[in-house]
Amino acid sequence: MAKVIVVTSGKGGVGKTTTTAALGAALAKTGQTVCVVDFDVGLRNLDLIMGAERRVVYDLINVVQGDAKLTQALIRDKRLDTLSLLPASQTRDKDALTDEGVARVIGELREKFDWVICDSPAGIERGATLAMRHADIAVVVTNPEVSSVRDSDRIIGLLDSKTERAEKGERLEKHLILTRYDPGRAERGEMLKIEDVLEILSIPLLAVIPESEEVLKASNLGSPVTLNAPQSAPARAYADAVRRLKGETVAMTVPSEKRSLLGKLFTRRAA
Amino acid sequence: MNLLSFLSLSRRGTAPVARERLQILLAHERTAFGRSDLVAILREEILAVIAKHVAIDQEKVKVTMERGEAVSTLGVDIELPDSKVARLASA
Repeated sequence: MAKVIVVTSGKGGVGKTTTTAALGAALAKTGQTVCVVDFDVGLRNLDLIMGAERRVVYDLINVVQGDAKLTQALIRDKRLDTLSLLPASQTRDKDALTDEGVARVIGELREKFDWVICDSPAGIERGATLAMRHADIAVVVTNPEVSSVRDSDRIIGLLDSKTERAEKGERLEKHLILTRYDPGRAERGEMLKIEDVLEILSIPLLAVIPESEEVLKASNLGSPVTLNAPQSAPARAYADAVRRLKGETVAMTVPSEKRSLLGKLFTRRAA
Repeated sequence: MNLLSFLSLSRRGTAPVARERLQILLAHERTAFGRSDLVAILREEILAVIAKHVAIDQEKVKVTMERGEAVSTLGVDIELPDSKVARLASA
């Protein structure tokens, strides 16, 4: 049965779109069919991160309003034929998304794919609540930084009250992905530690994505980091997250980049 | 910043301060905005108690809260697998 995931955070710029693309591609690589859906109407970016910005013809709003069929709006990934994208509209306004329309589109996506991953807009308004509305699983993306943790706490509150599952009294799985983590700085007391964030937010940890140059490189090229640099530390962390989502038990580690001896000496000096 | 707090920050780092500020702030905000996961908390705790005696499917548990003006009701709906029910009844 299809699973619907919402990738959400409250705060902007913490890595929701990067995470959506990376998880989507990593899941699709395992042979499962995946559709990533951009809910950030007016400020779409998932198309750009996926490298499909020049292939957008129809979008989520067109499908919600019945102006295009779902199949017309879906963009099949050129690298992985199990991966598709449903882009957001760049010109319309988020009020064009109706509750019924979104429910219908999610229903159709559930029939076509094994996984539907909804990339939520930042904030706690309509766009964000619609993106989480039909989710079975929520992935809360948080940076080890006070404003991000505070906003994630608000979003967790919304997940527990505004989602369909919460309203029906059913269980909504919630997971934390901690992004841009720097183990060295956390060790030196300059950054919140993994345990600190977990204790404050009290939801289970899905992955820790270390701060890495590879994330920007992948976005420059329009390729999810799990495709562009599968052996890099962030890609390995996302690949572990996908195995956990599929029910496997994987020991929690914070992957680090494999560096040459010289590189190690240099970073140690710089730190 | 006085010398004492400067020394303490340089020894412990700034992260413990961030942690304390968040803990105080969120305790306050959770009551104000009602991250009242009362239902979620009840659900987890009721489940834990039942799971001690019977294997239950997490998906087949529904906890609902209906808030009325005079009375609020808590509904707990748990589907138990047949063989396990028998075991529970005989236990």
